Amino acid sequence: MENLIALLVAAPLLGAAVLLCGGRRLDRAGHWIGTVLAAASFVIGVVLFTGMLGKGAEDRALHQHLFSWIPVEGFQADVAFQLDQLSMTFVLLITGVGTLIHIYSIGYMEHDERRRRFFGYLNLFLAAMLVLVIADNYLLLYVGWEGVGLASYLLIGFWQHKPSAATAAKKAFLVNRVGDMGLSIAIMLMFTTFGTFAFGPVLGATGDTSEGKLTAIGLMLLLAACGKSAQVPLQSWLGDAMEGPTPVSALIHAATMVTAGVYLIVRSGAIFDAAPDAQLAVVIVGAVTLLFGAVVGCAKDDIKKALAGSTMSQIGYMILAAGLGPVGYVFAIMHLVTHGFFKAGLFLGAGSVMHGMNDEVDMRKYGGLRKYMPVTFVTFGLGYLAIIGFPGLSGFFSKDMIIEAAFAKGGTQGWILGCVTLLGAGITAFYMTRVMLLTFFGEKRWQPDAEGHEPHPHESPKSMTVPMIVLAFGSVFAGGFFSIGDRFMHWLEPVTGHDHGHAPVSAATVTAATMVVLVIGAAIAWAMYGRRPVPAVAPRGSLLTRAARRDLLQDDFNHVVLVRGGEHLTRSLVYVDHTLVDGVVNGTAATMGGLSGRLRKLQNGYARSYAVSMFGGAAVLIAATLLMRAV
Amino acid sequence: MNPVNYLYLAALLFTIGASGVLIRRNAIVVFMCIELMLNACNLALVAFSRIHGNLDGQIIAFFTMVVAAAEVVIGLAIIVSLFRSRHSASVDDASLMKL
Repeated sequence: MENLIALLVAAPLLGAAVLLCGGRRLDRAGHWIGTVLAAASFVIGVVLFTGMLGKGAEDRALHQHLFSWIPVEGFQADVAFQLDQLSMTFVLLITGVGTLIHIYSIGYMEHDERRRRFFGYLNLFLAAMLVLVIADNYLLLYVGWEGVGLASYLLIGFWQHKPSAATAAKKAFLVNRVGDMGLSIAIMLMFTTFGTFAFGPVLGATGDTSEGKLTAIGLMLLLAACGKSAQVPLQSWLGDAMEGPTPVSALIHAATMVTAGVYLIVRSGAIFDAAPDAQLAVVIVGAVTLLFGAVVGCAKDDIKKALAGSTMSQIGYMILAAGLGPVGYVFAIMHLVTHGFFKAGLFLGAGSVMHGMNDEVDMRKYGGLRKYMPVTFVTFGLGYLAIIGFPGLSGFFSKDMIIEAAFAKGGTQGWILGCVTLLGAGITAFYMTRVMLLTFFGEKRWQPDAEGHEPHPHESPKSMTVPMIVLAFGSVFAGGFFSIGDRFMHWLEPVTGHDHGHAPVSAATVTAATMVVLVIGAAIAWAMYGRRPVPAVAPRGSLLTRAARRDLLQDDFNHVVLVRGGEHLTRSLVYVDHTLVDGVVNGTAATMGGLSGRLRKLQNGYARSYAVSMFGGAAVLIAATLLMRAV
Repeated sequence: MNPVNYLYLAALLFTIGASGVLIRRNAIVVFMCIELMLNACNLALVAFSRIHGNLDGQIIAFFTMVVAAAEVVIGLAIIVSLFRSRHSASVDDASLMKL
């Protein structure tokens, strides 16, 4: 059984190697190779999963030691995999959603002449993401972490002929680099503190380590999570990342890669549990991002950017839950999985709409599409109901749990966090209803484009609708399936632990309150966008709307503080370099040059003058000797 | 006769030789002056030998003569080839080793 673990990674890695090195002769079969290998990885995952279910809860974890990577005295880096319940959950999500999105991409990328390369990158992403979640030590996790960063960069910039895509890819890469720095520092700190970076020894030894060190490690891990999961303050790249093809946005920037930060925090739970300050920082980051993303999502007219704001906000929920400690770990992962279903479904739906609308992304130019795209409408609608937390659908269970857990944090903190998550749920209902109304309801608002082509909205091919239908099933039933008898909790409990906490209000009250804010949010959206016609050009809007359209000024902030600040810093450094450092160096050189220019006049070539110096020198030496004797 | 007088003579001869090296331009004369300085040293060494009543000074004088003989051979060869190439025996004309 253990030997299958490496195959999980090997299948997509082989696909990436074959597709990226194979050249043009694979153009016609490339997408099938990629899809089959992704599906193979999923099948292996299912086999391992069934094997795992057959065992007792405590001995389900599998280990596979592949080889010693860097064996040095006192420094042991292994390529070893660990597949426990947490990793298994991720493996199934990654390979399952990944396979669906491979199938979807066959249709979506049909007219792209670089489709083979696209599938190669997708397979590369799957391999890296699987390494990330099944690594048994932080160093190997870092390999996967960088691998998904690379795949993300390549895929955001897949249409690199568009300058905006190329810039977005670079931006994502650079912002992620800041987070990666945090992870590498955390790993170094771990090595100096624990002498190893394998999960078992590190997480088992947190009891005997000083809290200060654990707080430092925790904060660095949080920085890493912020970068990868687009949390404030490293959130700015996610909106631009929507320049990539839509399947990429669905797989990488909604369902899997951006949740790597949540995985990292839940995996390192023992460190955060022992460092309350770091844990508090996690909660704050989650709460801020959850509102930040939701507000941005309300103002965007670009359907993908609205969904990107929503992703940011939902991951904020997960980070917040992960920061609550054992009360929230299970719900963070549960929301992650259900979010993987419905957000991937929503993105695929958005891709399907764009596919039928000549790649138009402005929702103000959609309207009334439910008649033209019934399948997309239904699947998108189910995803919509799931994300706002409509009773009985996936999001209802997972989000409700997080809100309850936030209240259960206790004290003033609990009330603040509970209200923030409730408010977030209301805003979620608002912006998602807005997306829904703008896209599928109302009058048709599309116009012929500059070349006079009028879009002919049409339903997408089977290869695209089938994955959407499957994901819609997940969006509807996953949450309920997980919650019946607390299945998901019992499944993850051996890894993450669970604590019920003490909720100040009953679960029913929280659910009722959630329903109330949900209805209010949706009603406001309906009043603004459903009841009256939508202008084709966005009105100026309030100060907040305008700020939210500019991503709440995040880029302006980065520009003023980081870019300008950096420029000023470098300029002053250059000035110091030119005046002070160069001054000293050049001054010394000039003095030496002048001195030797004078000294070289002694070298006049006349043997007799050399003889004079010799005689003079000898005379001085003798005189000095005699003088010393006399004294 | 007081052997110290020989030392005075040696000092006088050495000074004459040194002045000649510094003042004269003709390579042959410079060369002769060097010989004069060497022989002044020899005279002083022999005088020291006499003063101290041992043979150390005389033995060193022999060494000096051997060195002087070798120096004459090489020195004259240089002067001859210098004269051949430049038609001049002036040491100031051979001043190429400068910037």
